[in-house]
Amino acid sequence: MKYIARRIIFYLITAWAAITINFLLPRLLPGDPVQALLLRFKGQISEQATQSLYVLFGLDKSQSLWSQYISYWVQLFRGDLGLSFTFFPTPVSQVIGQSLPWTLVLVGVSTVIGFALGTAAGVIAGWRRGGWTERLIPVTSFFSSIPYFWLALLLISIFAVNLHWFSDAGGYDILTDPGWNLDFILSAAYHGILPALTIVISSFAGWMLGMRNMMVTVTSEDYVVVAHAKGLSERTVNFAYAARNAILPSVSGFALSLGFIVGGTLLTEMVFSYPGIGYTMFQAVQAKDYPLMQGMFLVITFAVLFANLVADMVYVFLDPRTRSEV
Amino acid sequence: MTYIASDTEAMLEGDDNERAFVETKRQHPLSGFWRTPKSRVGLIIFAAFVLLAIVGPMVAPFNPNALTDDLLQPPSLKHIFGTTLTGQDVFSQFLVGARSVMVVGLIAGTVATLLGVIVGINAALFPGFADEFLSALANVFLVIPALPLIILIAGFIPNGGGWITVSLVISVTGWAWGSRVIRAQTLSLRNRDFVQAARATGKSTSSLIVFEIFPNLVPIIAGGFVGTVNFAILSMVSLSFIGIGSSSDWNWGTILFWAQGQQALSQGAWWWFVPPGLAIAILGMGLTLITLGIDEFVNPKLRAGGLDLKALKRAKVRSRVGYTAVLPEKGRS
Amino acid sequence: MNDARSEDPVLEIKNLCVSYGTGSGEVRALENITVTLNRGEVLGLAGESGSGKSTLVYGATRLLSPPGIVTSGEVLYHPPTGGEAVAILRVDDDKLRQLRWNDIAIVFQGSMNSLSPVFRIERQLTDVIAKHRPASSRIERSTRARELLKMVGIPQDRLIAYPHQLSGGMRQRVMIAMAMALNPDVVIMDEPTTALDVVMQRQILQEILRLRSKLNFSVIFITHDVSLLIELADRIAIMYAGRIVEEGPAQDLYRNPQHPYTYGLLNSFPSLHGERKEIVGIPGSPPDLQNMPSGCPFTPRCPFAFEACHKSMPPLTGSDQFPREAHVVACHLHSADSARVPIELSSPRVRGSV
Repeated sequence: MKYIARRIIFYLITAWAAITINFLLPRLLPGDPVQALLLRFKGQISEQATQSLYVLFGLDKSQSLWSQYISYWVQLFRGDLGLSFTFFPTPVSQVIGQSLPWTLVLVGVSTVIGFALGTAAGVIAGWRRGGWTERLIPVTSFFSSIPYFWLALLLISIFAVNLHWFSDAGGYDILTDPGWNLDFILSAAYHGILPALTIVISSFAGWMLGMRNMMVTVTSEDYVVVAHAKGLSERTVNFAYAARNAILPSVSGFALSLGFIVGGTLLTEMVFSYPGIGYTMFQAVQAKDYPLMQGMFLVITFAVLFANLVADMVYVFLDPRTRSEV
Repeated sequence: MTYIASDTEAMLEGDDNERAFVETKRQHPLSGFWRTPKSRVGLIIFAAFVLLAIVGPMVAPFNPNALTDDLLQPPSLKHIFGTTLTGQDVFSQFLVGARSVMVVGLIAGTVATLLGVIVGINAALFPGFADEFLSALANVFLVIPALPLIILIAGFIPNGGGWITVSLVISVTGWAWGSRVIRAQTLSLRNRDFVQAARATGKSTSSLIVFEIFPNLVPIIAGGFVGTVNFAILSMVSLSFIGIGSSSDWNWGTILFWAQGQQALSQGAWWWFVPPGLAIAILGMGLTLITLGIDEFVNPKLRAGGLDLKALKRAKVRSRVGYTAVLPEKGRS
Repeated sequence: MNDARSEDPVLEIKNLCVSYGTGSGEVRALENITVTLNRGEVLGLAGESGSGKSTLVYGATRLLSPPGIVTSGEVLYHPPTGGEAVAILRVDDDKLRQLRWNDIAIVFQGSMNSLSPVFRIERQLTDVIAKHRPASSRIERSTRARELLKMVGIPQDRLIAYPHQLSGGMRQRVMIAMAMALNPDVVIMDEPTTALDVVMQRQILQEILRLRSKLNFSVIFITHDVSLLIELADRIAIMYAGRIVEEGPAQDLYRNPQHPYTYGLLNSFPSLHGERKEIVGIPGSPPDLQNMPSGCPFTPRCPFAFEACHKSMPPLTGSDQFPREAHVVACHLHSADSARVPIELSSPRVRGSV
C-alpha cells in the first residue's frame, strides 16, 4: 500500500502543478484578449461573473501575485471555472459537464479494446518469433505513426463518404432525443464507431510493439526455461509464465500512452465533430475562448491522473513485488 | 499512438543479469546497427525526407499561395498532387511544407533531448534533493497530457508564434521521457565496475561523465532523440491542423487544416489530404524503425541474430525456447 | 572386460555436438561428448565458466535457448522399468514433455530469476503436479507441496509467499523441492550452491545427499568447484573448452589426477589440514571458442605441454596407468610413452608419498 500512497501523493503534486501552470499562463504570456471580450460583453455579465474572470486571469492589477493565487484556488474549489466566451453565458463547468461524458465513453471503450487487442497480438508475435511475425513489424510501425486525425479523415473518406456505411459527423442523429432511450443510445453507438475505430487502430500498433518486445525479453528469462523444463504445455508457459510477466511494463507504461491517446482522441473528435471535449476544445481555440481552454485542460489532466491511479492499482494487483512490506 | 519504448527501463533493470550469450564474430559495434534491415530502411527514409526538406522549396513548381484557375483538380502532370479549392498547387504546398516540418521536428527534438540529457545525468550523478526534485519534475511533465498542454500554451501566444516558438513549446513538454530513460541508464552505469574503477583511480567527476559514462549513453540518447523528433513532428502537425500556429506558414498540418475546412472529404478530393498524411506516416514509420533498430542494438536479446533462420527452415527445424533445435540425422547415427 | 560403464546406464549421452548459431557465425560449444550416467550414481561435471558443462545438460535435454542448436549426437534415457530407451533428441514434443520433470528433473540455480515473480510458491510447486498427474485433486497437490517443503526444511508458511520474499538459501531449497515433486529418476543439478555462502552450501549438500539416499535418484551435479565433488560424487568428469578432458571415479581423480588441468583445479583450493602448500592456480584464461587453436585447447596454459600438444587433439582413452576404461584422460602425455608423464600426474605408487 505504500506504493499506492506514494502514487497518490505524486498525482496530487501533479494536479497542483497543472493548476499552477493554468494560473501562470495568462499572466506570463503577452496579449490581453480577456479585457477586450469583457468590454464587448459589458452589461451582459453579472458582477459575480466579472469578478470570477478577474480572478482567473489576473485582471485586477492591484492584487499581488500571491493573493491572486490564493483567490484562484478558492475559486477553483467552488467549482467556478468562469464563463465561456463561445457559449456565452454558459459557465465553463457546464460546457465541460456536457461534453465530458462523450469523450469518456469514447476514450474508455477504445483504449480498452485497443489495449486488449494490441497486447494479445503482441503476445502472439513475441511467442512465434521469426517468420511472418517479424515481417509484421514495419507494417505496424507504419500504422503506429499515422497521425490520428489523418486516419480519421481517411476513414471518413472511405467508409462514410464513399461507402456510406457510417456517419461522417456528429455524435448522434439530431433527430433523436438525447436521453436514456434506445434510439438515442443506438444512434450514439453508430456515430461512435468510426471515431472509436480510429483510436483503436492508431493505438493498437503501439501496444503490440511494446508487448512483443517485452515478450521477447521475458522468454529468455530463466523462469521460462524452468517452466519448459517442467514439461508444461507451450500455451501454459507462454501465457501463464511469459505473458503474465511481460504485461507489467505495459501497465506501468500506461501513463505515457494515455497522454498520447487522449491527445489523439481530441484530434479525432475534431475531425468527426464528435461532441466531446476535443471538439469543444477546437471551438474554444478558434474563438480564443481562454476560460474554456483552461478549464478543459484542467479537467483533462485530472481525468488522466485518475486513470493513471486506476492503472497503478491494477499494477499493484498484478505485481506482488509492489505489495511487499519488506 | 507512436510506439514508445516504454520497456527500455525494464530492460535496463535486467542489465546486470547477463546470461552467457555467445556473440558472433567481433565487429565494429555500430556496424551491427547498420546491418539490421530495420535501421537501414529507417535511416534511408529519414535521409530522404531531410533531402526533401532541404531541396523542396527550391524545386516547387508553383508558389504555394498562388491562386490559379484550376480549381479542385485531381492529380495531373501539371499539378502532381492536384489542386485545392482555390486552385493552389498541393504539390508545391507539400514541398514547401516539408521544410517547416523537418526544421521544427529537429529543433524541438534537439532541445528536448538536450534538456533530457542534462536533467537525466544530473539526477543520476548527484543524488539527494536535486535528484528527487528533478525526477518529480520529469514525472509531472510525463503524466500531464502533452497535446492539451501544447494547445493551451500555444493558444495563449498571439498569432501562434513562428516555428521557433512552436519548437520551444514542444520541447518543454517533450523532454521528460528521455530524461527518465537516461537517468535509469546513468544510474545503472554508475554502479558498474568500470566506473567504480575509474573513480578509485581518482578521476574527477567531469572526466568520469565525459569519458566513461557518456559513450555508453549514446545509443539511449540516440533512441530518445529519434522518438522525440517523431513526437515533435506529430505535435507540430497537429497544432497546425487545429489552426494554432501561423496558418500562412506552410506545413503539412496546414494543408490538412485547409483541406478539412474546405470540405475536401465530402467533395472527394482525396489528393488534397492523402499525400501530407501519408508523408507523416512514412516519416514516422522511418523514425520508429530507427528506434526499433536502436532498441535491438541496446538489448541484444531482441536481435534475431545468431541463427541462420532460412537454413533452419530448409532443414525443417524450428528453434524455440524450451525445445532446442536438433539437426536431422545425416544417414544413420 | 569389467567395464565400469556398462553397469546400468540410466542416461547415455553419445557423441553430442552443440553449437551456438549456424553458418559463418557458428561457435562450436561442445565437441563429441560421450558420457554416461549410471543408475544410482552421482556424476560430477566440473570445469570453469564457459567449459560447456551447463551447455551439455541443457543440450541433452533440449532446453538450450536459441541460438543454441544440437548439431549431432544421441541421448538415450533408460526408464527404470526396463522398457525401451527414449531417444530424447528425436522424440516428439508431447513425449518430451511427458518425460520432463517426471523422469528427468533439473534443479536450477536458485537465483531471483528462476521462479516467476508473480506466482506464489505453492502454485509453482503444484502446477507441475497438475500437469503430469491430471487425476490428482487440489487437496492432494497441496498436501504434496507441504510434503516437499518439509522435505527440504522450509517452514510451511512459505507456501503462500512470493519468490522475492525468500532468502537465497530458501529459494535454492525451493528449487530442490520442486525437482523432487514427481519423484524423478534423474536429477540434474546446475550449480545449486554457487550463489550461496559456505555454511549454506554445506547444508544444501547434506540435504541433497539425504534426499538421494531416501528417494534413490541418479544425479548429475554441475559445479566449477571440484572440491565439492570429491565428497559428493561417485564419478567425476572434467570439462574444458567443450570437451571432456578427464573422467573417472572420484577418489581416483582426487588421488591421481592425470590431466594437467585437473591437477591445476585440485591444487587451486587450500586444504584445511596437512602442510601448507603454495597455491598454484592455473594461469591464463579459457580459450575463445571462436578462435580455437589447433591441437589440445589447454596447451597455452599447460605447464607440461610439448610438441605433440600443438599438433593434434588427444583422444579420450584409458592410459597406461589405468588400462581399464574406468578412468580416462585426453592428454598426449599419457597416450605417448609413460616416460613423459610428469611426477605430479603419476600414480601414487610412482610418487611414493601421499
